[in-house]
Amino acid sequence: MPMTITEKILALHAGVEKVSPGDLIEVKVDMALANDVTAPLAIETFRKIGTKRVFDNEKIVLVADHFVPNKDIQSAGQVKLMRVFAGQHEIKNYFEGGESGIEHVILPEKGLVLPGQLIIGADSHTCTYGALGTFSSGVGSTDLGAVMATGEIWLKVPPTIRMEYEGSLLPNVRGKDLILYTIGLLGVEGALYCALEFAGEVIKKLPMSQRFTMANMAVEAGGKNGIIEPDEITLAYVAERSSSKSLVLKGDIDAKYKKVVKIIVDKIEPQVAVPHSPANVHPVSEVGNVPLDQVFIGSCTNGWLEDLRDAAGILKGRRVARGLRLIIIPGSPWIYKKAIQEGIIEAFLDTGAVIGPPCCGPCLGGHMGILAEGERAISTTNRNFMGRMGHPKSEVYLSNPLVAAASAVLGRIGSPDEL
Amino acid sequence: MKVQGKVWKFGDNIDTDLIIPARYLNISDGSELANYCFADIRPDFAKGVSSGDILVAGRNFGCGSSREHAPLAIKEAGISVIIAKSFARIFYRNAFNIGLPLLESEEAAKDISEGEQVIVDLASGECKSIDIGKTFSAHPIPDFMRKLIKAGGLVNYIRKGERKA
Repeated sequence: MPMTITEKILALHAGVEKVSPGDLIEVKVDMALANDVTAPLAIETFRKIGTKRVFDNEKIVLVADHFVPNKDIQSAGQVKLMRVFAGQHEIKNYFEGGESGIEHVILPEKGLVLPGQLIIGADSHTCTYGALGTFSSGVGSTDLGAVMATGEIWLKVPPTIRMEYEGSLLPNVRGKDLILYTIGLLGVEGALYCALEFAGEVIKKLPMSQRFTMANMAVEAGGKNGIIEPDEITLAYVAERSSSKSLVLKGDIDAKYKKVVKIIVDKIEPQVAVPHSPANVHPVSEVGNVPLDQVFIGSCTNGWLEDLRDAAGILKGRRVARGLRLIIIPGSPWIYKKAIQEGIIEAFLDTGAVIGPPCCGPCLGGHMGILAEGERAISTTNRNFMGRMGHPKSEVYLSNPLVAAASAVLGRIGSPDEL
Repeated sequence: MKVQGKVWKFGDNIDTDLIIPARYLNISDGSELANYCFADIRPDFAKGVSSGDILVAGRNFGCGSSREHAPLAIKEAGISVIIAKSFARIFYRNAFNIGLPLLESEEAAKDISEGEQVIVDLASGECKSIDIGKTFSAHPIPDFMRKLIKAGGLVNYIRKGERKA
């Protein structure tokens, strides 16, 4: 029976020849992930289950990234709990301090996730790794605690929605714009419980960073996972970071999809999601005059080196608008170092930006750049829900790093063409 | 199993940031989290909710972050069941995993209003509004989820050996 790439990975990990959408299966997990917000509850679950040891101390990753450097006593306690647990169970991949960055940036960067694997993480943006041709999906802490104990999880096989992108991208249009456009088209529950597969000639030309951005936001359309079939670009990325062999799986030509949506990208402008939904998407030229208090460039969506290069290309030799705060956070220490070597960080500092240590930063409104009542920000992150970055009466707009950087200079939402 | 309570009504796309804002995610204790449940959109909720009360919402309830603090805060606040038109995927798993039952019903979610007294039969999915005297049928809870609820959540389900640990 023909299968999609998602179905093939699931069948392989369930130890069966074939699966169909709707099947309830138990699968073996190649890597289980939690962070400083979700790990404490997962550890509590693990202890309640009563298993003495984790299923495999090399297949668990714990990352301190949400509220670090620890923002208060309670957050410090959460990280401490995670650190002690990692020590007790000799968890090999525990990352904190100078070794840590944003979980979904450092796992691919350190070669910890590979094509064909099945990854479960207690973070909704775990779907990011689908860019490598991996099945990866977010769960809550109880599920993750059970995975740490058993190495397995039950899943319902999702139907796949295949998005095919054809044509040529306009200048200043990135993977971020394609995924915002897609979420605008499908709606925030358009891919509910579904696998969201990204394909077509346009995707084949995208660098890994932009593929990660797209898979990252599959959850914003309700998707269970986002996925892109691995190709030469994927394998070159992985070969630089891991000596393990990749399992290259591709969907069968006659695989069944819930639907196939073709998008001609020729006329797609840079997109902006306006408050308070990532599906509230408009071309940047139609957003109107929106003065800004803050701009944030970073996160698991757009904290990649290529994103910083994009921003630097706009910001070099220019100044941040008076009264506006520009916060830039590289996704990992490796990206930070590269950005220093390439002169990117110097350009940011000259422009008047604040550079934060690799972490989730203000994306979820807990730390490092919270908005006051009535304030407005444009951000390269993934969610613009009410109160997401601070006060419930603050506003978040989402865009790619080029638009965010141009907006920082303009003091209002605008495109690089206006500079 | 039947539950009865007063209805708290919410709209579509209630995300987990609205259920429990990120500034409270430095808390892991359920009963403490309950104090901040819906803090930004329904500041009266945490103090006004009574044990057994029922939450009724629109489409895609619980979308966004995977934070289990969201269903935990709702459950610890005293909510016995959530009826919605649809649920976001991760929230759906999380709720059943911690023993908070969810029912899907377009009609019930549309017609039941704030403050009504409702009786819900979790086994059959029947929701009866005492105030308007109308009965709605929700999709029955899938077998596997029912086992989770019966066990009191995923931890007990695994401990009881229904699934190997």
